Amino acid sequence: MTADVTTDSHDIAVTVNGTQYRRTVEARLLLSDFLRHELLLAGTHVGCEHGVCGACTVIFDGVAVRSCLMLAAQTDGHTVMTVEGLASDRDHLHPLQQSMHDCHGLQCGYCTPGILMTMKVFLDETPAPNEAQIREALSGNLCRCTGYQHIVDAMMLAAERLRG
Amino acid sequence: MKPAPFKYIVARTIEQALALKAEYGDEGRFLAGGQSLVPTLNFRLTQAAVLIDINPLTQCAGMQNSQPGTVRIGALTRYGQLERNSETARDLPLIGEALPHIAHPQIRNRGTIGGNLAHADPASEMPAIVLALAGRLRAQSQSGERWIPAAEFFGGALSTALASDEMLMEVELPVAGPRSGSCFMEVSRRRGDFALIGVACTMQFDANGLCSQARIGLCNAGDRPILAEDAGNSLLGRNIGTAQIDEAAALVQQAIDPGGSIHASKEFQRHLAGVLTRRALTVANERSPREH
Amino acid sequence: MTTRKFGAPIRRNEDARLLVGQALFVDDVELPGLLYAAFLRSNVAHARILSIDVSAARARPGVVAVYTAADLGSYWAPGPLLVPPPPIAGIIFNQRTQVPLAKDKVRHVGEPLAVVLAESRYLAEDALADIAVELDPLPAVVDLEKALTNASATVHDDVHANVAAHLRQSRGNYAAARARAAHVIARRLLYDHGASSPMETRGVVAKWDGRADQLTVWDTTQAPVFFRNGLAAMLGLSERQVRVIAPFVGGGFGPKIMLFYPEEVVIPWVAMKLNRPVKWIEDRLEHFFATTQERGQTHDAEIALAADGRILGVQDVFLHDTGAYNPYGLTVPINSQCTLLGPYDIPNYDSTFTAVFTNKPIVTPYRGAGRQHGVFVIERLLDIAAQELNIDRAEIRRRNLIPPDAFPYNNEIIYQDFAPLSYDSGNYEPILDKALELIGYQKFLAEEQPRLRAQGRHVGIGVACYVEGTGIGPYEGAKVQVQANGKVSVATGIGTQGQGHFTVFAQIVADQLGVAVTDIDVVTGDTDQFYWGAGTFASRGAVVAGNAVNEAAIAVRQKVLKFAADHFECAEEDLEIADGQVSVVGVPGQAIKLGALALKANPMRGAVRPGTEPGLESTQYFGPPSGATASGVHAMIVEVDPQTFTLEVLKYVVVHDCGTVINPLILAGQIHGGVAQGIGNAFYEQLVFDEDGQLLNASLADYLLPTALEVPRMEIAHTVTPSPLNPLGIKGAGEAGAIPVGPLFAQAIEDALELPGKKIELLEIPLSPNRLFELTTK
Ligand SMILES: Cc1cc2nc3c(=O)[nH]c(=O)nc-3n(C[C@H](O)[C@H](O)[C@H](O)COP(=O)(O)OP(=O)(O)OC[C@H]3O[C@@H](n4cnc5c(N)ncnc54)[C@H](O)[C@@H]3O)c2cc1C
Ligand code: FES
Ligand code: FES
Repeated sequence: MTADVTTDSHDIAVTVNGTQYRRTVEARLLLSDFLRHELLLAGTHVGCEHGVCGACTVIFDGVAVRSCLMLAAQTDGHTVMTVEGLASDRDHLHPLQQSMHDCHGLQCGYCTPGILMTMKVFLDETPAPNEAQIREALSGNLCRCTGYQHIVDAMMLAAERLRG
Repeated sequence: MKPAPFKYIVARTIEQALALKAEYGDEGRFLAGGQSLVPTLNFRLTQAAVLIDINPLTQCAGMQNSQPGTVRIGALTRYGQLERNSETARDLPLIGEALPHIAHPQIRNRGTIGGNLAHADPASEMPAIVLALAGRLRAQSQSGERWIPAAEFFGGALSTALASDEMLMEVELPVAGPRSGSCFMEVSRRRGDFALIGVACTMQFDANGLCSQARIGLCNAGDRPILAEDAGNSLLGRNIGTAQIDEAAALVQQAIDPGGSIHASKEFQRHLAGVLTRRALTVANERSPREH
Repeated sequence: MTTRKFGAPIRRNEDARLLVGQALFVDDVELPGLLYAAFLRSNVAHARILSIDVSAARARPGVVAVYTAADLGSYWAPGPLLVPPPPIAGIIFNQRTQVPLAKDKVRHVGEPLAVVLAESRYLAEDALADIAVELDPLPAVVDLEKALTNASATVHDDVHANVAAHLRQSRGNYAAARARAAHVIARRLLYDHGASSPMETRGVVAKWDGRADQLTVWDTTQAPVFFRNGLAAMLGLSERQVRVIAPFVGGGFGPKIMLFYPEEVVIPWVAMKLNRPVKWIEDRLEHFFATTQERGQTHDAEIALAADGRILGVQDVFLHDTGAYNPYGLTVPINSQCTLLGPYDIPNYDSTFTAVFTNKPIVTPYRGAGRQHGVFVIERLLDIAAQELNIDRAEIRRRNLIPPDAFPYNNEIIYQDFAPLSYDSGNYEPILDKALELIGYQKFLAEEQPRLRAQGRHVGIGVACYVEGTGIGPYEGAKVQVQANGKVSVATGIGTQGQGHFTVFAQIVADQLGVAVTDIDVVTGDTDQFYWGAGTFASRGAVVAGNAVNEAAIAVRQKVLKFAADHFECAEEDLEIADGQVSVVGVPGQAIKLGALALKANPMRGAVRPGTEPGLESTQYFGPPSGATASGVHAMIVEVDPQTFTLEVLKYVVVHDCGTVINPLILAGQIHGGVAQGIGNAFYEQLVFDEDGQLLNASLADYLLPTALEVPRMEIAHTVTPSPLNPLGIKGAGEAGAIPVGPLFAQAIEDALELPGKKIELLEIPLSPNRLFELTTK
């Protein structure tokens, strides 16, 4: 046969937050589980494992995707960014994070990493969004605590700060 | 909710992909965006022996004006790519109008046109659009390729005309011409949810301002994506006004057999199909310039 | 003095950890040798268990053990009754609580039958398919009225006609009031309710340390102390051997206060038995069956009115669906019964309910906890009365509000905390006025609505009032301690799920001890940090624990002053505490840092005076005499598409009185979140069971949580009527946002579609486009 004949396990090399990791993963291992439990980057959360809640959103090759709907094996040779890649530490928050803090954009904080990942790409592409655009961009991330208003406020503020 | 075991094979070339599909047949599933397949794997509603990952086939992604008057969209083209491409709104306004209704940004960043059409969900937007545009789809296997008209592509209950060794390669659609107009509308519970009912319609007018072509595709109006032919034909050769549109909407309501769900009864779906057909045809009619 | 922190919109202490992805949630706990659990759950609602064969599952590679009820031996026991029924004459209460693994019978879809322990969750789920279960299906008990007939199957073989409870409470004499009424309006009202659906599902990780004889359990519970005590007793351990940690918890909203969930009983036992750490994380599918929900009530209600619209009395008879078991007693239906009275003076009230066992998941409080149902009934009755008496909707409410001089106002029936339902304080009319002003009520009705209607638009307005019993006892405690580094630590026994306790408690302490909010480290939900407590429920965290924190901080402040007075040999009155130090007023240079003082308070050598307590530390408890009653009014303007029945909220206003406000930023967040859940409840979320007790929409694709596009921007205003029942004057606010949204939607949609003129009434929640189509076209 001509294709890469593979068994159940796959050797992958994936760059996550600038660090290259080499691991052997089972074919069915979800990217979300790989990030959380193999790389111990537990900031990426899991809320549904069927693509609806957005808690697991990460940035894959520059676009926001559901990590629960990708296999770890699919990341071989690719680049992933997770919430851990946004700030070097608690004292140096990214403007997105700082704005969420300033506007009280998080309560339990479970949805927050996914929202940060989604909005990171969105604000890079749309530096001067209006409220309707922000709500549209947020619509794939469920938050059960905040009612979204403070998140929207935070994103308006973050956009302003990122524009400088 | 973790998937059952499967074998995962990366196809690096189209030939590899087709060879693997020929080898595994129905046991092997192409993995495109995974936005329909992986949720069902996670729920263990689908068990696949082999996943053939076709994502590396980037040559199958993108829009091409191969011939004047048509656009070809490669199977691996992601919704997100279409969204970011200004040609979409110009050449395929129906798709441009539907994209914001399809799931959410993150899902559009992965989901592919080919995966969507091969999945053939009757509630999905794209199949109804491809029907309304009378597109055609190219299937390929190790033994060759064939073009399948949209009207023959979709079967009932998530099935298509694709054979077990075939891969969907691209879809060809006519670009919006002069004296034509189109409109996509849907009602869903929340933005991004599958439509309770969706209507995609296209209209074309002759130099006398009479309707020379009209097609109405519907999402979630039966066990497969629906083309309401009688309704479209009823408009032909006529000057389009409220009466003609009402007549077409009534024909749509007769033609469909929606399944009903916890979100919308059959009756409500039928009602919505009438409402949206009227509204969409009215807009498409208004959008169609009569002069050229 | 530095500026007061209490009352200021302080940003939260807990945010940074969450924002950088370094907060510990239960599923983040990684331990060497961890085993993963998966539960086999019943796929039918009601059946006798004939056999369960786990041998094939045990033989699967990677599987370490599989257990059924039989394996639990004497450890197997029904769970405790968390809230006993109140001592009211004539009450019927049949206690039937959930079991760790089903033994003879399954009573709802999702009830666990067996647990698999394997080297990964993937393998554990594989093995579930290997278990052979033979069930003898029984007819499912689903419909409340049918359940009460003799012909119905019984969920519990020994409970006749599925009556879980029956209770009548009354005030005055309804029959007499009805006899002299100018108008009597009777309606049947339905309220179906949904699932709390926190974004984090439940989870338990347990680790037995044989060398230390210590069990550590990480659990997504809202009540760690109760869990610790109960678990220790069940396992035959002393409480000191069990440490329960509720780390960061991704939302609770009520169901995470329930105990003992079967998994909470089974997982620690397995960890001890196998001497390996075990993790179970509920997946979203399980969550729809395995976590408690809130659900249906059917009310037959009647209101008697005088000609001027004054309420003479209300009678209500309702059925309450309690699901397959009733571990939470009568909290939900009693809340419905009591909250129906709302902010209104209702002199005669006669309310009877029957709680019914059904083959559905267990019902326990979810944000609002039955209050919605009562508010829905009275608000809808008032709307209909306004229509029939031709009185303005806002006006009929105004005429019936309890006047400000009538507080404390005794409703003469018993509340969920067993105390008479008495409103501590309130001033309702200004709240209504403010809401009407903000929504532009008069102008909308007089000008905007006619103008928009002339354009063919269907816009409507609604206004709904409510009260919320909050901050009930029994008590909470707190320990406040100044550390040698000058920082202050605060520990309480409650769990926290995003309510901002880390910050509001710090604000309270900051004012007493003159320390920056960011220098106050609050620990919640770790039983090794604080021994006693009840839990986070009934909007009580800030009220009850907050006051305990305040008491403890005051006691520490007194110690600080005393030590410092000794140190400076001056009078306490001459001292000032600010900026992390104590200084002698007017004497520059005479100051000592709190940290240094704390060191002095714990001397290594030398004599102290007899009776001296070491350290700058105090533990205090606070228990309110009864609950504090918050209140509010929501108003909204909605536009409805009369053909597709989709809607858009054009304006939403909340005016709320929750007494003294600790942190307006956090309070606004609580209200926004509550309204969002209320909107879900009113128009999007519904658990749909078929006649076999199968849930038809067990996924987030079909159970429709509102997104940023369904939740509108809200405008919030406050009035402040401090509670006399606690020194801080605060009332709870956790549930207020969610409570009145159902009747508000019904009223505003009716108005938008001009339904009263068509004699169509919306008497049920949730509504949906489909339901509006059915109701308006049939
Ligand atoms: C939360 C959520 C909401 C959604 N909402 C919508 C919505 O509103 N409207 C909508 O239309 N869709 C919706 N979707 C589905 C989404 O659009 C999918 O992306 C799309 O339908 C499938 O594309 P895919 O590339 O992800 O296909 P995959 O999931 O990879 O594949 C789907 C099926 O097609 C087969 N397949 C894939 N590519 C080919 C090929 N080239 N040739 C032959 N067979 C192939 C696969 O084997 C599989 O059986 C939603 C999904 C989610 C998770
Ligand atoms: S966990 Fe991936 S979308 Fe919910
Ligand atoms: S903050 Fe809790 S889910 Fe968003």
